Amino acid sequence: MPNVLVVGYDDSSAGQRALDFAAERARQTGATLVVAHVLEWSPYSFLTVEELAERHKRREAELTRAQQAIVEPVLGKLHKAGLEARGELRYGHIADTLIAIAVEVGASEIVIGRTGESGITARVFGSVAGTLAQAAPVPCTIVP
Amino acid sequence: MTVTKRMAAPAAGLAAFLALAGPVAAQSLGERVDSIFAASTGWFVNIIFANLPGTNIPWIVGWLVIGAVFFTLYFGFIQFRAFGHAIALVRGVYSNPKDAGEVSHFQALATALSGTVGLGNIAGVAVAVSIGGAGATFWMILAGLLGMASKFTECTLGVKYRNEYEDGTVSGGPMYYLKKGFAERGLPLGGFMAVMFSIFCVLGALGGGNMFQANQAASQVQSVLGIPTWITGLVLSVIVFVVIVGGIKSIARVTEKVVPFMGVGYVLVSLLIIFMNADLILWAFGEIFRGAFTDSGIVGGIVGAIIQGFRRAAFSNEAGIGSAAIAHSAVRTKEPITEGFVSLLEPFIDTVVICTMTALVIIITGQLLQDAETGRYILNEAGRIATASGATGGVPITSAAFGAVFGWAPYALSLAVFLFAFSTMITWSYYGMKSWTYMFGEGRKKEMTFKVIFCVFVFIGAVSSLDAVIDFSDAALFAMAVVNIIGLYFLMPIVKRELESYLGRLQSGEIRRYQA
Repeated sequence: MPNVLVVGYDDSSAGQRALDFAAERARQTGATLVVAHVLEWSPYSFLTVEELAERHKRREAELTRAQQAIVEPVLGKLHKAGLEARGELRYGHIADTLIAIAVEVGASEIVIGRTGESGITARVFGSVAGTLAQAAPVPCTIVP
Repeated sequence: MTVTKRMAAPAAGLAAFLALAGPVAAQSLGERVDSIFAASTGWFVNIIFANLPGTNIPWIVGWLVIGAVFFTLYFGFIQFRAFGHAIALVRGVYSNPKDAGEVSHFQALATALSGTVGLGNIAGVAVAVSIGGAGATFWMILAGLLGMASKFTECTLGVKYRNEYEDGTVSGGPMYYLKKGFAERGLPLGGFMAVMFSIFCVLGALGGGNMFQANQAASQVQSVLGIPTWITGLVLSVIVFVVIVGGIKSIARVTEKVVPFMGVGYVLVSLLIIFMNADLILWAFGEIFRGAFTDSGIVGGIVGAIIQGFRRAAFSNEAGIGSAAIAHSAVRTKEPITEGFVSLLEPFIDTVVICTMTALVIIITGQLLQDAETGRYILNEAGRIATASGATGGVPITSAAFGAVFGWAPYALSLAVFLFAFSTMITWSYYGMKSWTYMFGEGRKKEMTFKVIFCVFVFIGAVSSLDAVIDFSDAALFAMAVVNIIGLYFLMPIVKRELESYLGRLQSGEIRRYQA
């Protein structure tokens, strides 16, 4: 069975660390990488009427930008390095969406970077790493 | 073109107007604006509120109620049948996760609600019970329940016939379904009715969506904090100007976020007051039923209570008026009918829940004075029910009712009134502008013209007297309903087809749930 790793990636240094770690792991095990980029989105946020009317247009623009500026360059590099990789670009709650992707692609592991959020924000809202550690259906590696 | 350049000319115009208007003594200015206003809008108000021949029932109230009853029957009490499904839709049970990032049902509902939950819920209800007595509450709730069917019809059509442009933005609302829907059914005059609707919508945006809000906010701030109305008017019109002309989205966004919490807070405080007087709850409902079906001493008797209840309900939840169809049409859904289901929750939340809270608080805190022996209301010289606090008109009565229990409540209410007014204005400026551009075409200059007019009316509304403003506001909103409901009658078979097809596929499992 082909081994699939889901790596949560954004253009932060934490995302880069996660990607490097996952790429190394893939090289060793011959696993396929799924580079997941999640655009934070809640269906329960509040928008003005104007934002409602422009939402679809904005969404398309955001998706195109993320695809071109974030996902594609990374996939290019990974392919060049001889790794098998594909991208997943989604909207949603970051941890929940990573879990959903992992389940869909039958991943054996989720890799994310630690953003180092502690303090009050993480306590109140929870962190992606914390949620994943508690809720992920597969082993989860949090790269410091 | 830079933002500054674009804003410079109209900003200078507005500043000049306000500079002229500002320093003038508030009283005389208010009176002058008021008399000009009353004189120029009186004829329009008279037509809309003309009584049915031989009765003292305004024909327009009958028009709205008959429409709502008709839609209720035609769609087989859809507001009760689809209530659970509507909540499931808002919870996202039927939303495909792949569509995340698009406007959700919840967001469309929340935004449309922030346009309707406003002063109608605070001031309008106080006006209704202070003229129509506790019994007006019963008719208001009934109108709210019936109005759910009107809202369902118009919002379904709003989504079905919206315009989607190449850049992905959408425009929808009664003007689009009147035009396209009539054409599709081979009916004449669709284009004409669309323009009529747009004219009335622009007036409604300036009236109920603007002046009424500014007026009530300014008078509340004056009575609680002692700040003259023209100052509040000036501040409000500048903030609105900054937001809708300057495109300072952050202010609007903050308001959109705060307003729902204020709404919830308002209901919670009301419930607290109601339960603190738990022994009076049964009595209050008794008063509501007694006033609804017997003569409680108000001017006009039972009919007076009915008219007040229906009139304020329509003004508050806007069912049948067509405005919400503009906001709801932004949702991207394969099934227009789902937006109809979701929208029927609006009159429920707005009128059946929030308006009833206001009415109960006013009744339970004993604001409406009754003759101890006969139980009939004591009227003041204006023919309205005398209040315990001596307050008359809109917000002051509600404020006194809350203030009777919590000393801090009038201050919190002032803030709520200000924010509700502001969010309603922002939403209505959009409704008005959509109608304006429907008539005159899209374009910066045309939009700017409307926005500047809108800001000037904020000021006019703040300094006018309540009666002239309230009459004009109601008249303009109801004029929208005249055109809109005619359209709904002709287009409702289309909605019925959608409904039957959808319900069939829901039952067969073709429309699937994505969550338990």
